[in-house]
Amino acid sequence: MNFLQTVKIALRALRTNKMRSFLTMLGIIIGIAAVIAMMAVGTGASYVISQQIASIGSNIILVMPGSTTSGGLRTGTGGAQTLSSDDAKAIMADCPSVAYAAGTVRTAGQIINGNLNWSSVIMGGSPELFDIREWPVVNGRPINQQDEDGAIKVCLLGQTVAENLFGSADPVGSIIRIKKIPFTVIGILDRKGQSPQGQDQDDAVFVPLRTAQRNLVRSQRSGIVSAIIVKAKSEESINKAEDEIKALLNQRHRITNSKEPDFSTRNLSEILAVAEQSSKAMSMLLGAVASISLIVGGIGIMNIMLVSVTERTREIGIRMAIGAKKNDILLQFMTEAVMLTMLGGLIGIALGAGGATVVSKLLGWPTMISIQSITIAFFFSAAVGIFFGFYPAKKAAGLNPIDALRYE
Amino acid sequence: MSVVISLTDIRRVFTMGDQQFEALKGVSFDVSSGEFVAIMGASGSGKSTSMNILGCLDLPTSGRYLLDGIDVGGMTTNQLADIRNKKLGFVFQGFNLLARTPAVENVELPLVYAGLASKDRRKKAMMAMEQVGLSGKENNHSGQLSGGQQQRVAIARALVNDPAVILADEPTGNLDSTTTEEIMGLFTSLNRQGITIIMVTHEHDVAAYAGRQITFKDGRIISDTQTIHTGKTA
Ligand SMILES: Nc1ncnc2c1ncn2[C@@H]1O[C@H](COP(=O)(O)OP(=O)(O)OP(=O)(O)O)[C@@H](O)[C@H]1O
Ligand SMILES: [Mg+2]
Repeated sequence: MNFLQTVKIALRALRTNKMRSFLTMLGIIIGIAAVIAMMAVGTGASYVISQQIASIGSNIILVMPGSTTSGGLRTGTGGAQTLSSDDAKAIMADCPSVAYAAGTVRTAGQIINGNLNWSSVIMGGSPELFDIREWPVVNGRPINQQDEDGAIKVCLLGQTVAENLFGSADPVGSIIRIKKIPFTVIGILDRKGQSPQGQDQDDAVFVPLRTAQRNLVRSQRSGIVSAIIVKAKSEESINKAEDEIKALLNQRHRITNSKEPDFSTRNLSEILAVAEQSSKAMSMLLGAVASISLIVGGIGIMNIMLVSVTERTREIGIRMAIGAKKNDILLQFMTEAVMLTMLGGLIGIALGAGGATVVSKLLGWPTMISIQSITIAFFFSAAVGIFFGFYPAKKAAGLNPIDALRYE
Repeated sequence: MSVVISLTDIRRVFTMGDQQFEALKGVSFDVSSGEFVAIMGASGSGKSTSMNILGCLDLPTSGRYLLDGIDVGGMTTNQLADIRNKKLGFVFQGFNLLARTPAVENVELPLVYAGLASKDRRKKAMMAMEQVGLSGKENNHSGQLSGGQQQRVAIARALVNDPAVILADEPTGNLDSTTTEEIMGLFTSLNRQGITIIMVTHEHDVAAYAGRQITFKDGRIISDTQTIHTGKTA
């Protein structure tokens, strides 16, 4: 008997009991829809995380000032002014595993262009900062060493700031006011997107570090930086670089065993790797839940197929008397089960994809439906049909034709 | 005439738990090609049991069964299915058509399992439908046909594969007398075309359509008579 004929017979059988077929499929539909939606949310999340890893730059170590105690009051991490531009220069010069180190200061303020104004983050950074963050200038020129050494009042605009202050006009060469001080715009930075913390990284203005230290931030001493951002030479040397930085700063800051360090280091890619891990663990958990619902759905299929075999005992007898072989009967019931689950799978895929789209529209979650997940779901639903359809089909094929023909 | 069916000392013992029951106690007879045989006998005498063996739905406990010269004993279930498909046609008391299936597709069914292409199937099925006088009813489901018409569909289904023998177990058991006459008329005309028929019946006037009557009693044949007035000579 050919395959097309088998499919036709199976379709006819499913059509005669539409409501029952649909209810039986429901378990598979829900299971597959859950798998698809879960995978869409999961891959969307891990895609965003990997984008963010790329946006920060690779092999990055962040050196932050530690806490200080002044008059019994302890400030939080980063509250102290213990790191300086000289520390950054020393790290770059003396730590063999470090490629670049850049001191940065950070403040916020009003930026004005003519009658437009915009409140944004203002970052002071030495020229190495843009190498570390792998953040090119797309229009104009980057901040160079002369700007830094001379504390020149020039700035680079992030895309968001440029759009809000200049619209579609070219900002390069214009004068803007940052905290009321005039700066020349020398370039526009490439678009970066969101940071892992969900901030818009393009909503920032960059000026040379010394310019910022002199004009934009107040500090107890000159040359204070709010953080040093370091790029290790390679992925393998990150941990070594971190150790070298700690040793160097301990020495420079005269930290002994009895004294708490006045700085802390953080390895950014490690933090993101943890975030990615937890998003993967989450997907696995959801995947397990979805698999359970598929198994429950599969048991439902098996149950209904067993009922169907009993109901159609006489039909099986007729077919056998007329020349159907055991395998023909086996294949017929297997095909029915597999068509049930595959149809359920297809509906589930459509529902899951639809659901993921709705979730991403309503909640703003990033979702991604991959061809891979659709293929997996489809074959998985077929496999459920084969697995749970086998026993009832085997039972049908094992019937004795005489008994089956006599069955009432 | 060539011998189509040859039974030699067929026994069938049913085992139920520790009880044994011998339904056939050494049955032997031959059927030649083109014969129309009626099997008679009281209820429980072993008619259906022998029909099941003739139909390769059941195997004898002992004895030899040659169908078209081939020994059926010791065949695998797949080989038996093949024999049923190619050499035998069944007509049942209860029609046994597939529900919610058009008549023509019921008739096609043996050809489906024979592996014929759908075009050839349809052509042969239409011819068989015509042979039983049901042209025009091809798309009726069994619920949309009278009992006599349903039995004609079943006969068309039995005919469609050009079998060596048609086996009919009480084909008129569910029909009224007029319809019985119609169906028997159909069997007679098919037999005149050279088709071999073996039929079980309780009724003497039905058996009278056949050219030969075999009577069973308690698992044995007690009489085997030829009548001259019906069949090919009439
Ligand atoms: N599967 C079976 N297991 C046990 N005994 C059986 C089985 N099939 C038939 N028999 C017995 O074999 C005997 C013959 O049964 P069979 O069905 O051949 O009778 P029959 O001549 O066709 O009767 P009827 O005219 O009522 O159809 C009966 O006594 C029956 O009880
Ligand atoms: Mg009987």
